[in-house]
Amino acid sequence: MSAGAINLRPVEGTGSAVRPAIRIRDLSKTFGALTAVDRVSLDIAPGEFFMIVGPSGCGKTTLLRILAGLETATSGTIEIDVPAGSARPDNSMVFQGDSIFPWMTVWQNAAYGLRMRKLPTKTIKEVVGHYLDRTGLTRFSDYYPHQLSGGMRQRVAIARAFANDPQILLMDEPFSALDAQNKLLLQEELLHIWEEHKKTVVFITHSVDEAVLLGDRVMVMTAQPGRLKQFVPIALARPRNIMELQGAPEYGELVHRIWSSLRDEVQRAREIEDKIGVDP
Amino acid sequence: MTVQTTATAPAREDRMLSLRDRDRILSIVSPIGLLLVWEIAARTHLIDTRFFPAPSSVLKLLIEMLGSGELLTHTATSLRRLFWGTVIGGVPALVLGIVMGLNRTIRALVDPIIAATYPIPKSSILPLALLIFGLGESSKIFMVAIGVFFPVAINATTGVLEINKIYLDVGRNYKADRWNMFWTIALPGALPVIMTGFKLGIGIGLILIAIAEMIGAKSGLGFLIWSAWETFAVEQMYVGLFMIALIGFTLTLALNELERFIIPWKVS
Repeated sequence: MSAGAINLRPVEGTGSAVRPAIRIRDLSKTFGALTAVDRVSLDIAPGEFFMIVGPSGCGKTTLLRILAGLETATSGTIEIDVPAGSARPDNSMVFQGDSIFPWMTVWQNAAYGLRMRKLPTKTIKEVVGHYLDRTGLTRFSDYYPHQLSGGMRQRVAIARAFANDPQILLMDEPFSALDAQNKLLLQEELLHIWEEHKKTVVFITHSVDEAVLLGDRVMVMTAQPGRLKQFVPIALARPRNIMELQGAPEYGELVHRIWSSLRDEVQRAREIEDKIGVDP
Repeated sequence: MTVQTTATAPAREDRMLSLRDRDRILSIVSPIGLLLVWEIAARTHLIDTRFFPAPSSVLKLLIEMLGSGELLTHTATSLRRLFWGTVIGGVPALVLGIVMGLNRTIRALVDPIIAATYPIPKSSILPLALLIFGLGESSKIFMVAIGVFFPVAINATTGVLEINKIYLDVGRNYKADRWNMFWTIALPGALPVIMTGFKLGIGIGLILIAIAEMIGAKSGLGFLIWSAWETFAVEQMYVGLFMIALIGFTLTLALNELERFIIPWKVS
């Protein structure tokens, strides 16, 4: 098995519930003298909503970019289960910040992945229509991104990723640029859409609240170099109501638990930044 | 502070729209104003009419020459050369420029060649063009093509390099092949900058076509101006100059309209 590359493992049938959807072993990534990700090993179950939290600069985005095939690991292996003979893409990513093409309409943006896969026009129409409907964007199909608000643009990015029907959804702080109200709405919408097919999701955030509200399990990462610090399972019932959840005592406990684990790392990240003089 | 910004934002947007219309009107008003001042100065003999004939007398000759069909023939000839030169110089420049923007190796290979040849004044290549292509159409078209090539190639490269990296990541993540990286991301992403390159290039092409037609040509507006000098027909010279100015002016307006049409996502 070659180091650094993603190995797609074809799996027959669906009776593989015990096998992880993603298997990461001893994954490291160095940029020159800097170690961004340090020997991370983890399994992510099929259909799991997996959250990664960590201080800024801990290599969580690097980890996600390796999963997305946008970077190659320096060492270690990744295996992703794909159903044998399936033409579905192994992953689609929702990027941090504006990533929808300004030169395409909402419709063209949402259809991008399907067009790249050269699916029949009829299928594209159906699938894109469905997800634009689910994200409340049908009315804005012919709009260009500059005519939309930041929240709506990010909804287009989500529709684009879901419409592509990947094995795994990768989300890199997709809501970090939004204001609090929009963030709340989009988190709720994301949960609604996700409930439909329960895809495997790997979601990066710097918000502990977001990690608890959305995830099945939270991985806390250490400050540079980014290592696995702790897993925190989120045993909250689904479907979740974000408003109700925020008032529940279990919610407060979980946030407290993750935050106390994360706090030292944020502190440490700050010291590292002070030492090397990186603008925080 | 924040409240103030949100409160005035819509009003400012409204005014922006009418500002654009005002700009369009002003851009037509100013050349007409200049002509008016000139006419008055010529009639009152403030300026020497042997060198600066009144616009009205130039216009009279212009109408005569239009009637005889002579002016249209010359204008059409120049425009035809300008068109083919733009196509022949612009299309390869567009492809090369985008490929250079996308591919580091090709950029490293071609960049020094462009950097070395770009500063050569294009008019100084005319004798070489005449030597290679002779006195026919091809030497004129070649001169325009050379003039259009550089700004389009350079702007296309810059345009692609300035595309936000996130869009290229999206292309790779969504498995866009080479063709789609070019066609759905690099080209549209760089299009606003490429349009600027074409505007610059066509402007240079117009300069070069006039020069090329002065030497070794039997037709075209450059030839018209040159032959006017030989016969000291100053008004005819102005007719030629006026037509070139008119072409430049019309092309700029047309290209601006074209830009609005092919780049509907551009926020102005």
